[in-house]
Amino acid sequence: MTTVLHKQEQVTLDTFLRGIWEENPVFVMLLGMCPVLAVTNSTLNAIAMGLATLFVLVASGTLVSLLRKMIPREVRIATYIIIIATFVTMVDYTIQAISLDLYNSLGAFIQLIVVNCVILGRAEAYASRQRVGAAVVNALGMGVGFTLALLCLGTVRELLGAGTILGYPIFSPNFEPWVVMILPPGGFFVLGGWLLLFEWIKQRRERRTLQAQGATAHGS
Amino acid sequence: MSEGVQARPQTSSLAMLRTLGGIAMISGFLVVLVFQWTKPIIAENKRIAIEKAVFRVVPNAVSRRDFILAPEGLSPVGKKAKGETVYAAYNAKGELQGVALETVATGYQDVIRILYGYDPQCECVTGIKVLKMTETPGLGDKIAYDPDFLKNFHGLDGKLSADKSGLAHPIAAVKHGSKSEPWQIDSISGATISSKAIGRMINASGQRMFPLIQRYLSGFRPPVTVAAQGGEPPGSDLQ
Amino acid sequence: MDPESVQFIFLNAAIVNNFVLALFLGICPFLGVSAKKETAWNMGLATMFVMLVSSVCAYGINLLLVRFNIEFLRLISYIAVIASAVQLVEMALKKFSPGLSRAMGIFLPLITTNCAILGLALFQTFREYNFVQSLAFSIGAGVGFTLALMLMSGLREKLELARVPSVSQGAAMSLMLAGLLSLAFMGFAGLGSSHA
Repeated sequence: MTTVLHKQEQVTLDTFLRGIWEENPVFVMLLGMCPVLAVTNSTLNAIAMGLATLFVLVASGTLVSLLRKMIPREVRIATYIIIIATFVTMVDYTIQAISLDLYNSLGAFIQLIVVNCVILGRAEAYASRQRVGAAVVNALGMGVGFTLALLCLGTVRELLGAGTILGYPIFSPNFEPWVVMILPPGGFFVLGGWLLLFEWIKQRRERRTLQAQGATAHGS
Repeated sequence: MSEGVQARPQTSSLAMLRTLGGIAMISGFLVVLVFQWTKPIIAENKRIAIEKAVFRVVPNAVSRRDFILAPEGLSPVGKKAKGETVYAAYNAKGELQGVALETVATGYQDVIRILYGYDPQCECVTGIKVLKMTETPGLGDKIAYDPDFLKNFHGLDGKLSADKSGLAHPIAAVKHGSKSEPWQIDSISGATISSKAIGRMINASGQRMFPLIQRYLSGFRPPVTVAAQGGEPPGSDLQ
Repeated sequence: MDPESVQFIFLNAAIVNNFVLALFLGICPFLGVSAKKETAWNMGLATMFVMLVSSVCAYGINLLLVRFNIEFLRLISYIAVIASAVQLVEMALKKFSPGLSRAMGIFLPLITTNCAILGLALFQTFREYNFVQSLAFSIGAGVGFTLALMLMSGLREKLELARVPSVSQGAAMSLMLAGLLSLAFMGFAGLGSSHA
């Protein structure tokens, strides 16, 4: 037996939402860190990168899921990588056609989507085992989750580092930008900050449920 | 990984080859499709980008033509000639307004690449545009937009020395507020290294290229041959 | 220093524009395998080696692609070459040096999806380095990667002994540390430019 039978998942709202919150690729699974840190020095870059990744995720997920019965186990990783690289090349040329400025500011990171672990991870762990519908919905959720995470970083960094959002000034002219935020260290700090925030929310919620359980246990 | 493969019944090599071959076909088809579709659009985008930059550093320019310039001579782009690509820019009457050149040097973080315009008539630099840099935002990156700094390059002196082998006065950036000669560049305070890099790269390129431009000046013919006849010096109304 | 010179390219890739701390390439292994100095060292060595091999391969492939005018296949062929280079290295190690293979073994497959490797291949193509420059660039990048990994693992080993608030344990703390390290590395900017 080369293929293990996997439970076919029913497509529910959860298939989509999981990628946004519970299994958020950036904040929870800590995958695909390189683009997250590198291209989030402005909101526009973050959006463009997020959408590009979203497209590659969905397209490669669809193709992998369609071909899942035909791909021998031994060459599966090679096949996935070729599929992903194909879609990334397509995105690369499309972005060049849309705007050269955008392409230049994203630099090599468009092509580096190929080695984004989120995409290969999804292809291997989900798309290769599920029906097309589920794979597409799940990839969409993951892609949206990834884009949102990039946005979280991008807006904070642009706001603090340049005092603008999408190029529009937000603060009064007296605001002195924290330049470090758009420099490399800022990426680490802001992502660290977000992780702290989420961890704090999680711990608080756990404490709440624990207290609630304690209260009911006491009551009965 | 290979142990895992041995433990399982082997998939036939044919199946593996078939899959990889099939995938490669699909991927090749998709990539070529997108490549063919975007090729003209990208070429057009690149042309517009270069044109915009050239017209910014050479005032009054409306058309351009690319040449390859080397000590051996000047030739239009396209022939397999060795040398540096220069962009000659012309005004509406088809008269040569200036030549735009690319140059690089190491700045504070990484390489800075700029395009600058040179007017062979007044023997001066007419403007610069930063093409690529990773200088510190808020400090070094002012070289791209600081109006006082950019004003340095409106008529920056680049006269040739008496024997026409180089510049009479080396172009260089000086400390903020101490510019006294027309061939000096007033640095941005707080971004001296980036400013000096600009001075250095224009000087290096100028020492090498300005004599060549002057020597082969008659070769810069406009794209459509409606050029001013008799080699009458055009563009003297610039100043 | 001349921006095209081998020394400058090496220094720039290793320290000034450190792959991990300034260009954000190879963050996953940087956060993942930097808990212990020994594993960090092995990972660094393995990466350095693969970088060298794939840089040479990428240089050759690019020559072929340009020769036949099919640059649009660059990305696909690079990633295929890197994946096979990693496999080859793995097999060769297993055959000729079982000891080293055991030490590096588990890291090698991970390296395929390390963006530092593909990034290196792409950057050397964009910057149009010649063969010697590419070699200097890849060795510099490898040294820089190992350096960042070693520094980080040293810091994290010390941090084990410190008491930190429970909220900041784990990834958040590592990221903050990496931020400080990156801040420190910014001090190297300007190193190698001829005017101080």
